[in-house]
Amino acid sequence: MLKFSRKQLCIPYAVFLLIFVIAPLLVVIYYAFTNGQGNFTLENFTGFFTDTNTIGTLVYSIFIALVTTVICISIAYPIAYILAVSKLKKKSVLLMLFVMPMWINFTLRITAVKEVLTAIQGNLAFHPFLNTLIGMTYDFLPFMILPLYTTLEKIDTKLLEASADLGASPAKTFFKITLPLSVPGIISGVTMVFLPVMTNYVVLDMMYNSTYIMGSLIGSYFAAYDWNNGSMISIILLIIIFIITLVTNRLNNDESRGAVV
Amino acid sequence: MFNNKTENIIELKNIKKVYDDVAAVEDFNLEVKRGEFVTFLGPSGCGKTTTLRMIAGFELPTEGHITLDGDDISKLPPYKRPINTVFQRYALFPHLNIFDNIAFGLKLKTIDITSKDKNGNTVTKKGKLTKKQIKEKVSRALKIVDLEGFEKRSVDTLSGGQQQRIAIARAIVNEPEILLLDEPLGALDLKMRKEMQIELKSMHEKLGITFIYVTHDQEEALTMSDKIVVMSDGMIQQIGTPEEIYNEPQNAFVADFIGESNILNGKVTGNLKVKFCDHIFDCVDKFPIGTRVDVVVRPEDIMMCPKDRGMMNVVVDSVVFKGIHYEITVLAGEIELVIQSIKNAHVGETIGIEIEPDGIHLIENNLVSNEFDGVITKHGTVEFADGEFECDLSQLYDKVSSVEGSVITLSDGTEKDLDGVEVAVSFPIADGAQMSDDADEGGAVGNIISLIYKGDHYQYIVRTENEFDYVLDDEDLWNENDTVSIIIPKEKIKLILK
Repeated sequence: MLKFSRKQLCIPYAVFLLIFVIAPLLVVIYYAFTNGQGNFTLENFTGFFTDTNTIGTLVYSIFIALVTTVICISIAYPIAYILAVSKLKKKSVLLMLFVMPMWINFTLRITAVKEVLTAIQGNLAFHPFLNTLIGMTYDFLPFMILPLYTTLEKIDTKLLEASADLGASPAKTFFKITLPLSVPGIISGVTMVFLPVMTNYVVLDMMYNSTYIMGSLIGSYFAAYDWNNGSMISIILLIIIFIITLVTNRLNNDESRGAVV
Repeated sequence: MFNNKTENIIELKNIKKVYDDVAAVEDFNLEVKRGEFVTFLGPSGCGKTTTLRMIAGFELPTEGHITLDGDDISKLPPYKRPINTVFQRYALFPHLNIFDNIAFGLKLKTIDITSKDKNGNTVTKKGKLTKKQIKEKVSRALKIVDLEGFEKRSVDTLSGGQQQRIAIARAIVNEPEILLLDEPLGALDLKMRKEMQIELKSMHEKLGITFIYVTHDQEEALTMSDKIVVMSDGMIQQIGTPEEIYNEPQNAFVADFIGESNILNGKVTGNLKVKFCDHIFDCVDKFPIGTRVDVVVRPEDIMMCPKDRGMMNVVVDSVVFKGIHYEITVLAGEIELVIQSIKNAHVGETIGIEIEPDGIHLIENNLVSNEFDGVITKHGTVEFADGEFECDLSQLYDKVSSVEGSVITLSDGTEKDLDGVEVAVSFPIADGAQMSDDADEGGAVGNIISLIYKGDHYQYIVRTENEFDYVLDDEDLWNENDTVSIIIPKEKIKLILK
């Protein structure tokens, strides 16, 4: 009989990681640092930072992501807060209604929004930026509501009572207790909204927004069979995302121990 | 400073709190003097925490008024009340360090700042405490709770006992008029609890703040309080000093809940004479001859002596060593008595016992039967107190020849339909109703809300859905909160036409 040690049980996962994560990553890195002839080069890297077009795209992506995230937080926080503090027995149903769009196919959802906006505006071409923001917000709102709700729900009501007991008005209790304790939820929400928005060019396409964001840039290089530049941009994005994650994690640890979604 | 203030710092008048049609607290009247240590004592669910939360402002009373220094604060939100709470599970803010936790209330406080302007006039304006003042107050509070130098620590590096001290420091640093403590020692182990009890008591003496303390631990209440409020079922059972509560319980519930006691049925047979255990004892409580009483005797008030030398002889049934004393159960005929003594006894031995007159406390209890208003149904049964029971309708009239449903025929041939007729129903407590755990077996269903051992049987109170109480004696032990159905034998139910 074969005896499995715990280490051996890890083998399938190790193989999976190797084939689907590490190998592709190595391929991307290889392409990023070679030219069309397969020779090592740093040109792709320097090219990205010297080309005003690509830098412009990066700034535009960050801008879109930033605005979408801010809108998402301002809509999601009140919803999550009201749901979390309400004594409604059916609040899980209400929460589900807000989160349900997540279960519907992404392209279908965006098409639906597009149709609604067309019906309202007549021609989408007049407000490409606004429509992009609407599409993005609609798309990513559930990803903001869910972590916020989970964190807010977990806050011990005794803490809010203690705050009131010590003389804090409801508004002060919110800013001194509820808000700081919900920071982990905000950070999870931001990570789940900000980063994907930077690369989500489908929404821009659908909303007839011809400006490039990072995702569209990579897509256009790949469409032109320029694997090298496309890969380099992916690597740069990866590094940006990595840095942002690192910073938010640090923030998270400083601000609050405990409740992380 | 207190010159123009009333003697009572806080008064609760006719407080009632109702949740979903059920009264959690009812008919609550209490006056607390400035600087007193008052304890709300009672089993869980008795309404003590609800009352505390109404004083803090987390709950608003459905009826009644709370006055602080003569001002009605019943509707004031918690953050406007000069009252601070120490919570059962500490409720320290996890995102703040110890300093910020304790300084939380201080930073919010507005105080009157008096200063001289350039013309030399004194001006008073509202302002905040300075950083330096806050720092001083925090370190003084930490000194009081014996945790100096903990300012920079985070909450989760502290043990339970330390967290509790911080919670106390956070409350007392605001110098509240009243400090509320909601079972603050409940989460600590026994040894820590004892230490904290002594510390809290000395803190109370040092600070001079009024303490209102909630606990279910009677020993804690007796050790610490100036005044104890014993509660059960949302009602005050007794208010008194620890000595009064212990020595002069006003009813069998208090006697049973506070300390250990022998509670027996007795009857006053003469001037300062009471009969129980088939023996007549001298006592100090005066009641008219014939009064039925609950006799309360503390185990430590029964003295053992050699056979035939005491007031009566008893047989030792069991002996348990408890460390400081022996707990000896003896049988006086059928009736069990518990004795605490530093002397040992042997099982099976016959010994004498003596009880001093002041060791016998009598509580008037003339309740011998349950009495309700009922209605006869068309099936010839009687409905009362959330139940329907079979009964003998023939007892309502003389010379009844037959009973058919609700129709009775008298011997002279007249028929009377008693359907819907109102009657007064009664049945005895002793040997009256019985309990069954089969909900369908009896005529009414309820929960056991109280049980008291009376030497040879238990007395139960079973409460139905609409709060009718059935009182009954049973030899077997049932559990509190059990759902039982009530069976009353047909012949025990007495009916009288109204």
